[in-house]
This record gives sequence, structure tokens and C-alpha cells, in this order.
Amino acid sequence: MKKAGGLALCVAVLGVAVVLSLCAGNRWIGIGEVYRALTEFGGSDTDRVIRYLRLPRTLAGVLVGIALGLSGGVMQGVTRNPLADPGILGVNAGAAVAVVAAIGLFGVHSLNGYVWFAMGGALVATVVVYLVGAVGGTTPVKLALAGAAISALLGSITSAVTLLDLSTLNEYRFWVVGSLSLADQGIVAQAVPFVAVGTFLALMLGRSLNQLALGEDLARALGTRVMLVRSLAGLAVVVLAGTATAIAGPIGFLGLAVPHVARTIVGPDQRWILPWSMVLSPAVLLLADVVGRVAARPAELQVGIVTALVGAPLFIALVRRRRMASL
Amino acid sequence: MFIVLVGAFALTRGDYTLPIEEVLRTLSGHGTLITYDVVVNNRLPRILTGVGVGMAFGMSGAIFQRLARNPLVSPDLIGINAGAALAAVLIITVIGSGWIPLGALVGSLVSALCVYLLAYRNGVSGNRLVLVGVGVTAIVGSLTAYLLTLADIYTAKSASMWLAGSLAGRSWTHVVLIGITLFAGVPAAIVVERQLRVLELGDDLARALGARVETVRGVLIALGVGLAAMATATAGPIGFVALVAPQLTRRLVADRAARLPTSGAIGALLVVASDLIARTVVAPTVLPVGVVTAFLGAPYLLFLIGRRVA
Repeated sequence: MKKAGGLALCVAVLGVAVVLSLCAGNRWIGIGEVYRALTEFGGSDTDRVIRYLRLPRTLAGVLVGIALGLSGGVMQGVTRNPLADPGILGVNAGAAVAVVAAIGLFGVHSLNGYVWFAMGGALVATVVVYLVGAVGGTTPVKLALAGAAISALLGSITSAVTLLDLSTLNEYRFWVVGSLSLADQGIVAQAVPFVAVGTFLALMLGRSLNQLALGEDLARALGTRVMLVRSLAGLAVVVLAGTATAIAGPIGFLGLAVPHVARTIVGPDQRWILPWSMVLSPAVLLLADVVGRVAARPAELQVGIVTALVGAPLFIALVRRRRMASL
Repeated sequence: MFIVLVGAFALTRGDYTLPIEEVLRTLSGHGTLITYDVVVNNRLPRILTGVGVGMAFGMSGAIFQRLARNPLVSPDLIGINAGAALAAVLIITVIGSGWIPLGALVGSLVSALCVYLLAYRNGVSGNRLVLVGVGVTAIVGSLTAYLLTLADIYTAKSASMWLAGSLAGRSWTHVVLIGITLFAGVPAAIVVERQLRVLELGDDLARALGARVETVRGVLIALGVGLAAMATATAGPIGFVALVAPQLTRRLVADRAARLPTSGAIGALLVVASDLIARTVVAPTVLPVGVVTAFLGAPYLLFLIGRRVA
């Protein structure tokens, strides 16, 4: 019951974060005015700001947050690796290199066009990391090592492309910090089905991931189809992390930190970790985005920077306080 | 081991095969002004810097990986690269150029110190070091990325070039810089290698054998950090050399003796060969060497990981 109550509390926090994200910004807009702008669109400047800038941005934050929190949780569950994160296992790097290729080589400049590239890149990176990690038995160290290798490889391609073409570098440097400000209604609408599918898959996997945590042999003995679970988990991660990266750029740390926070609170049960991550992560992301908008006015700190500045110290504190390797 | 050293030496020479007689004539003082300029002022310092930087990275990586018994604990992962990068980008975007090596050195030492202090708790464990390194790298890296969005595009480009790890425009100053580092670092590495092997027996056994475990570990970490920090300050964060060189050494050299110098030699080989590729493959554009080291190093590492448990 306590876990469910806590989850409800998290949902409430998420609600507050959403409201804050709509109200706060370069100019504070009161809740009443926000409500009016959303219900009866009048075409005033305030209405436009709310509807065309802050609403898509907030929704994008919710989607990206859900996606990153869940994909991090699933990855940590399936690899039983405390370092697992879409960033560390190369999924973000795969999405990023594909987006750079899209900008630099194929002249795709709309966010709507990035999604498919990002997902393809994420897929390829995930498959390669997994295949390399799987030869001769998967171990956490091998997976993480393979992820590091793939990230470095793809990162080198990324910097080669960006250094050869100045305009690509120009676009890339704004995208790579991780920002929600580039999202518009179109991309949000397009992302919804992807995130929905990924979320459904991820939440379905909770029980199987618990069994996988007992070790491969025991899980198999309990009737878990290990290969199937791994493949579905991989699929969920690719869809979620790929979509998130396409919308907002590679936002690090959320996928790593949030499931750890969830695990400290609710314990090792994936059926709780995943929903908690799914709610906590967008709340954190939105709050971080609000802080980024308010802190450096009139300029803004991109949300990826804020999540790193906030998430990393928290993460370090966790590392120092507890035994992280207990997965 | 000697074969590897000789091989490394031969290959670094091999770079000069482009106009070999001309090069030899120039080196012995009989070249034209132009060849002198190309060979002595341009290529030689570049290659020597590459050799030195590669050696430093290779040895540093070997120290860290063996100390932590964890192939992921390379200087790249514990904040050295990130700190150097932030300091260098700060200098490039705010002050202009100049002072980059010094700034990068300070930056990498500061961030490595942060990582070490934050990871310290009744000693330093490999996993905690990596985890804290990931955290600090994330903070520092995101600040670096933010600085890049504030700069104008040309500044951003030269900063990115540095960030990728480049030997372009390295002069004799850089050679001296890395040369002094190695002059102190190589003998030190050879001396501490014995201690390292004692530590590898496990803390308890090492203690029983009379080793002052924490002191030795501290010295080793300081040496590893110093080598990597100087190398990064000289040539930028050339990725992967520190990670790959010790792994390659482990596989190539069956003899367990003197792995640190061997690792250094292989690191040097990697950097110099990569720079050769970087200069020639997409000529006339010159890629930063770090792009190539990653591009070549990563698949080989993947192959190794796939073949056996790392």
C-alpha cells in the first residue's frame, strides 16, 4: 500500500510539474490565464505562447521523460547492470549519429524526419551491442564494454561528419545538449504512438524481468522465455530511447538515475520500479526544464544540461551512500 | 615485447616513406628549405608528439585497468578527458587560444581530483570510481556542450576540433612538454610495475607481503592521472587509446612482465598510425586523430569482447 501511495504522490508531483511548466518561462503566466488559453483559444499573444510553445514543450517533456525513465529501468533490469542506461549502452549514440547523418548527408532538417533515423540508429546500436555482448554468454561487464565501444565508434563518426560540414555542426551543437524547446505540435503528435507502444511493452515485462533477475537458468526453469524477454526488452528500449532522442536530443542521466532512485525507494521489484520510473522521470525532466528556463533568463539552460547538473550530484551521492552493484 | 617495441619504432619511421631519401637527406641536414620546413618543423614534431601522447595514454590506461581490475576504468572514464575538455573549451571560447595546454592540464587534474575525492570511502573501489567518473563526466560534459552553444560557429568548430583529439599544428613545444612527462613517467612506471603486480594479488595478500597498499595505490593513481592529463593537455582527449592499448597488450603479449612499457608502445603505435590515416584518407581535409583512433579501436575492441570474456 505504501508503494502505491508513494506512486500516487509521484503522480501528484508530476501534475504540479506540468502546471509549472505551463506557467513558468520568460514571463510568468497565471494558472487562470493558462486554463483560459487552453480552453477558449482567443489568439492573443498569451494564448499563442501557451498553445504553440509551452503546451507542446510540456507534452514533449512528459513523453521524453516517460520514455527515458522506462528505457533506463528496462535496461537495468534486463542487463542486471547498474551502469545500464541508453546513454551508456550506446543507444543514444546510435540515435545521435543517425540524426547527424540525416542532417548532414540527407538534408533532413525537420524533427519529424529525425524520428525514423534516430530509431534506426538506436536499433542498429542496440543490436550490435547486444550481439557482441551475447557471444559466449552475456555478462554485465561485456555489455557495458560493448556499449562504450559502440558509443566511441559512433561518436567518432559524428564528429567526423560535423567537422567536415560547418552547417551540420551548427545544427548539431544545439541539438546535442538536449532540449525540449525544439518540439512542436507535429512532433509531439507523431511521438505519442511510439511512446505508447514502448510503454506498453516495458510495463508488460515487469514480471519477466523479476524472474530474469534470479539468473538465467533459474528464470528458464520458472518458464521464462529468456530470449523472447530480452528481445522484447530491446525493442522497448529502442522505440523509447530512439523516440526520446529524436524529440529532445540525447538527454543523459535521466534513464540512469531515475530507476536507481526508484529502486532505493521501492526495492528490487521491477513491477514497481518501472511505473515509478515512468512517473518520476517526466516530473524530474519538467522541473529541470522549468529551472533551465527561469535560471538563465532571458537566455535558457537546455534541459539536458540541467538534468546533468541536478541528476549527477544526486547520482554521486547515491553511489557514495549505498552499494550500487546490488542488482 | 621487444618485437612490439621494434615494430612500433619501425612503423613510426614508416610514416616517412612518402619521400624517404628526401627525408633522410633533410634529417642529416642536406635538404632544401622546403623539405626542412615540412619534415623538421611540421611532421617530425607532430609524429613525436603522437608517439609521446600515445605512450602516456597507453601506460596510464594500463595502470588504471590493472589497479581496478576493470577494463572500463580508463582515464577517459574518470573525468580526466572531460575536465581537460571543459577547460580547453572555456579558454577557446572565452579567452581565445593560447594557454590551452596549461588550462587543460589544470582542468583534468581538478576533475580527476574531484572524482577521486568523491569516490574515496575507506579506499577507492573500481566500480565506485567508474560510477563517480560517469557522474562528474556528465556534469562537466554538459557544461562543455553548453559553452559550445554560446560560441559563434567558427569558434565552436575549432573547439570541436580540439575536443576530438588532434595532432594538427603540434610544434616542438608540445614535443618538449610530452617528452618531459615521459622522461619522468616511464622510469616511474617501470619502478611501480612490481608494486602493481603485488597489488594484483589482492589487498590482503599484498598487505601480508608487506606492501603499504593505500600508499602504493595512491602513487599509482597519481602516476596514471599525471600521464593521461599531460597527454590530454598536449593533444586533446584522444579517445580509446588508453582503453584499447592495455587490452591489446594483454592479448598480444603472453609474457606478463613489463606490461606498462609495452602498453605504452602499443599506444604510441596506435596514435601514430591513426594520425597517418587521419591525414591521408580524406585528404585534403585532415580529420582529428581522435576520430580515427575511435573508428579503428572500437571495432577491434568489440571483436575482442565478443571473442572472450573481458
